[in-house]
Amino acid sequence: MVGIVGWGAYIPRYRIKLEEIAKIWGADAEAYRRGLQIYQKSVPGTDQDTATISVEAAKNAVTRAGIDPVDIGAVYVGSESHPYAVKPTGTVVAEALGATPDCHCADFEFACKAGSEGMFVALAEVKAGEMKYALAIGADTSQGAPGDALEYSASAGGAAFIMGADDLAAECLFTHSYMTDTPDFWRREHEYYPQHAGRFTGDPAYFKHIMGAGKAILEKSGMKPGDFAYAVFHQPNGKFPMKVGKMLGFEKEQLETGWLVPWLGNTYSGASPVGLTAILDVAKPGDLILMVSYGSGAGSDAFIWKTTERLKELQGLAPHTRDYLDKNQIYLDYGQYAKHRGKIIMNTG
Amino acid sequence: MPAGYTREIPQRYRLEAGKCKKCGAVHFPQRLACACGSKDTEPYVLPSTGKIATYSVVRVGPSDFMDLVPYVVAVVELDDGTKLTCQVADAAPEEVSVGTPVTLEFRKVNQVGGHGIIKYGYKAVLDRFVE
Ligand SMILES: [Zn+2]
Repeated sequence: MVGIVGWGAYIPRYRIKLEEIAKIWGADAEAYRRGLQIYQKSVPGTDQDTATISVEAAKNAVTRAGIDPVDIGAVYVGSESHPYAVKPTGTVVAEALGATPDCHCADFEFACKAGSEGMFVALAEVKAGEMKYALAIGADTSQGAPGDALEYSASAGGAAFIMGADDLAAECLFTHSYMTDTPDFWRREHEYYPQHAGRFTGDPAYFKHIMGAGKAILEKSGMKPGDFAYAVFHQPNGKFPMKVGKMLGFEKEQLETGWLVPWLGNTYSGASPVGLTAILDVAKPGDLILMVSYGSGAGSDAFIWKTTERLKELQGLAPHTRDYLDKNQIYLDYGQYAKHRGKIIMNTG
Repeated sequence: MPAGYTREIPQRYRLEAGKCKKCGAVHFPQRLACACGSKDTEPYVLPSTGKIATYSVVRVGPSDFMDLVPYVVAVVELDDGTKLTCQVADAAPEEVSVGTPVTLEFRKVNQVGGHGIIKYGYKAVLDRFVE
């Protein structure tokens, strides 16, 4: 039996409303709100990046797990916005937690599914008996090009999961991965902002892969949508996860708890993992949860989790994801946002 | 190789201090000998919560921090009585006063231009979850 022994999230305090971005580019805010079903997005502080968000999320996971960080045998950080091009984010995270030096460490990249990739590998290593605990994190502080549709959604946040074999809060019953070579979204070396194939990012990319992974894991498990208390999907905007959930046969009530994107934006590698933390914060013992990530390029990782009696004891030990989302936000105007995101050219001489 | 930075990682990243086994004094950062004369110290991790003991507002800062002004630098008294000095993040100066509860969070403290290393450490933040 392997699964989650501790989970945690972190979302920065700053937000920008969609209207504030639309105003700058002369865009129709209402059309964007309707089209994306996003009202605001999180923005990192100027002193926050994927490493700092990962550390705070991981500290919450360690607190819930109640373990000694020395027993963490692997630290995996999945992100599209690692602070260094060369030097793993995981080195900083492992050091901050006190998991070094007897620890395996790697950064993962696969657009928005880098976080679930780390979860997949962490589960496998614990299952193989290679280590007692493995930590997997999905976090991002991604940027869209100014004025591009992605600027309205790209946000900041992350989630961390400690995988183990004993004292589980949620057992992983099944996993399934589904991937193809699909060029829907990419960024070449030395380019600052990613490119995307516009509407092509929908049907042959997001929907095809989530449906592929979702149907396969349901078939593999012999379960049907009605068996699940919750389902959470990659959420690049408000519409896609609700639509794909309904296509797979889930009801709105099963999807709403992990559906954070209208108030959070798209946290990329953090998107479905942060949604899963919001579900674990409130789920009841014995609940079944389906999670399916999506990363452009393209692929999906699917997981079926079953919560345990122990879940209840851990829920109150660290801040809830919805509290990070809803309490005491600091709203920025576009000028402050541009400063936060380093979009202002400074005289550095 | 920034040896000083690497050497300071235990205190900057993990709040690792030392405690005198003879008189109980806490040293942050850890020292080889205590003021009481004893050299018998043990590792000790500081609590990450406390309150503002005193502070000042920086309105004209060094060039590395010009994106943060105005910002608060505070002496924080941790729950065990240990005092340390750090920036207060995500807070306007008027939100900070003596006695304000804070938590230490992991933040970027400094970065060497766009090409050098990124230095991480702790900053204090106000309680986010009060109603
Ligand atoms: Zn002493």
